[in-house]
Amino acid sequence: MDKMPKWADVILIPLISVALALIVSGFVVLFIGENPLEAMAIMVRGAFGSAYGWGYTLYYATNFIFTGLAVAVAFHARLFNIGGEGQAALGGLGVAIVLLNFGWPHWSVALVAAIVGSAIFGAAWAAVPAYLQAKRGSHIVITTIMFNYIAAALLVYLLVNVFRVEGSMTPETARFAESMHLPNAADFAGFLGFRPSTPLNFSFFIAILCCVGVWLLIWRTRLGYEIRAFGHSESAAVYAGINPTKIIMITMLISGGLAGMMAINVVMGEAERLVLDFTEGAGFVGIAVALMGRSHPVGVVLAALLFGALYQGGAELQFEMPAVSREMIVVIQALVILFTGALDNMVRMPMESLFLSLKRRSDAAGQSTPAE
Amino acid sequence: MTTPPPAIELKGISKAFGPVQANQDISMSVAKGAIHGIVGENGAGKSTLMSILYGFYKADKGEIFINGQATPIPDSQAAIRAGIGMVHQHFKLVENFSVVENVILGAEDGAMLQPSVSKARKVLTDLATEYGLEVNPDAIIEDLSVGHQQRVEILKQLYRHADILILDEPTGVLTPAEADQLFRILERLKAEGKTIILITHKLREIMEITDTVSVMRRGKMTNTVKTEDTSPQQLAEMMVGRKVLLEVDKTPANPGEVVLNVQDLRVVDGAGVERLKGVSFNIRKGEILGIAGVAGNGQTELLEVLGGMIAAQGGTVTLKNQEIDLTGKHSNGQTRRARGIAHVPEDRQTEGLIMPFEAWENAAFGYHQDDKYQANRLLMSNAAIKADCAEKMERYDVRPPNPRLPARNFSGGNQQKIVVAREMDRTPDLLLVGQPTRGVDIGAIEFIHKQILALRDQGKAILLISVELDEILGLSDRIAVMFDGQLMGERLPEETNENELGLLMAGITETKGAA
Repeated sequence: MDKMPKWADVILIPLISVALALIVSGFVVLFIGENPLEAMAIMVRGAFGSAYGWGYTLYYATNFIFTGLAVAVAFHARLFNIGGEGQAALGGLGVAIVLLNFGWPHWSVALVAAIVGSAIFGAAWAAVPAYLQAKRGSHIVITTIMFNYIAAALLVYLLVNVFRVEGSMTPETARFAESMHLPNAADFAGFLGFRPSTPLNFSFFIAILCCVGVWLLIWRTRLGYEIRAFGHSESAAVYAGINPTKIIMITMLISGGLAGMMAINVVMGEAERLVLDFTEGAGFVGIAVALMGRSHPVGVVLAALLFGALYQGGAELQFEMPAVSREMIVVIQALVILFTGALDNMVRMPMESLFLSLKRRSDAAGQSTPAE
Repeated sequence: MTTPPPAIELKGISKAFGPVQANQDISMSVAKGAIHGIVGENGAGKSTLMSILYGFYKADKGEIFINGQATPIPDSQAAIRAGIGMVHQHFKLVENFSVVENVILGAEDGAMLQPSVSKARKVLTDLATEYGLEVNPDAIIEDLSVGHQQRVEILKQLYRHADILILDEPTGVLTPAEADQLFRILERLKAEGKTIILITHKLREIMEITDTVSVMRRGKMTNTVKTEDTSPQQLAEMMVGRKVLLEVDKTPANPGEVVLNVQDLRVVDGAGVERLKGVSFNIRKGEILGIAGVAGNGQTELLEVLGGMIAAQGGTVTLKNQEIDLTGKHSNGQTRRARGIAHVPEDRQTEGLIMPFEAWENAAFGYHQDDKYQANRLLMSNAAIKADCAEKMERYDVRPPNPRLPARNFSGGNQQKIVVAREMDRTPDLLLVGQPTRGVDIGAIEFIHKQILALRDQGKAILLISVELDEILGLSDRIAVMFDGQLMGERLPEETNENELGLLMAGITETKGAA
């Protein structure tokens, strides 16, 4: 009865969307006088051609998995959390506070503390918009995006006035103690060729663990069932005795917590100190990742990998093709977001009618042989 | 002498939505100046056929002839030009516009409004005298009764020179008296040479007013007969394709002690409007209390407050002599269910079911915290829910019996059976039922009515709310009528009739003060 087989919905349509985005990007590259095929090859090689490339691709992907999951969880309750950027920034603050103020004996203990710290700070930052939505009906899109700016300003203030090291001119905290540094890919997967300089670190596994956790939460627990029910129909949820306020609050706390945990990867795993603007737009990319990944953890991982590759491949392209500026890379990334997120229906509708007509034809063929 | 060509003639109309053949090779002709009824179960293809005639859908195959001329109708503009007007089941009026503004909407003569308004005012006066369609042209739509709003819809079509009027379930929202008035208007229109197509599922109306009637079943037009040559029983059989019980086979009630006692229940909605103005009643074991009334008189709020969906602003409710918390934090659907109250809501699509959820997920809806559905403290047992659902689908004859099918892919009747199975299977002390058979096919109506009676005979209390008087009269052991948030007194089904209930539904008590 469904319009399309599931595989077409989950795999085929995103692939077509990405292909379209790349074709249009190709024209853009052509327009500035470079060879698009060569550019493509550089990007792919840059992202996947070496352990070095993989290190960065997976490092970025780790960020996007966290922020993508954050948006995906909220989507299931039909809440559009676009405050991942601010929640991640606050998560960074949480990581810095727990790691700077306590002497954790081992990185594993420090990691648990950082997870708790980042999740609580991220969740707290999401709690205010969630409360305003649940109790006052203030639209969560507006409030979360505003909270991004507040978070950015707050971090500037704290890094300049509170956390800056005495005598330093840079707005950043002191480095975390050596014992708290997370193992990076060179430590646990050096045999694959990762160098100590790779940014890929242990947080990647935390991200994957979160995917499993989110999958269990959404499709195997009562809470997830209630979140999905609420997301599809608030009136039905009320009929079933599900409290909308509770669902909005809990969902946003989980969402904010996941976004905050992104800081583990960047702040604890890579920079090893809290720096300004460490989120680098990952909160927003998370929206595209969740959209493209159909709010399913597996889809989120795949989409995060794609965007990680775009980030890393883009950086390489900029390096090897000087004509392609930093802004060009942003254009290409934006095209992918445009085609996979915003223009989803442009691909979806023709594909649905295609599958329908295919199905009708096969049904008709089936009926032409005498049935009854 | 040559007979004039039929007003409408359809030849071989077919329309498919994906794999579903909604209309298959339908041919039909309606004589000029006739009232033609179309009956059929939900999903039989009536609405699709009329949408094709009105230009909402394009037929895959087939031709439309208007007054003997082949007339393609690619859009509703073309339908209007061909003189076809449609009165939808849900009115398409701008609520805060006046009557005359609604009538000219989309048919303005120029950029300035005033000439059209004055012209429309004159035309409305003429139409009012010609057809008995009196409406104050300056009244605001939201201040009008439903019956008058419907007149505006008809006037809108006549203003656009419609000669062929299609009415889709026109009496669904009317009191019996308003329905009678509508029929009188239709007869006047017919006398003036207008052709009318009436889509309805109420066989009584077909018998009362139509000249000819077509029966649709599963996308095909199975019969077209003269109304005088048929009977409701025969029409029902043609619709369903087998013999059906139109009358409910009911044994006398055997009421026991009071299960539900409601005293002075009051509900004020978010806009400050008092929806329930002190309602009191009780229901005994083994008894069905039916509440009749035109939709929107507080029945919905009564169900919602008893079902825990909204809070009450006053009054007490006791279930088996224990008071129910009506306002607190713990007043919700789940605590009500725990107390033994089950609830078949009025609207299965927005309340009773989550349409994108698969049947098995819906089978646990509202009861998803139950122990039997849990695998351990953390996770639900999907396997247990699926098994439970498959078993219920079997017992309640849900078709197709596939727990993996999303709820939206079931027909209305089967969706309702999923809800009914879920709510009744726990043999609750009190069952709240709202519009149990709205949009449900005849076969399923029969089944659901039997289930409700069976639950009563097990000694359970049932509160039945329905806008279908037949249903109320057929099932209830006692009948109360609700008007403007109040109960207009109680009647016994054997001592009352549609006329009396109809008056009560309009708020008219013959002897003032009598309970």
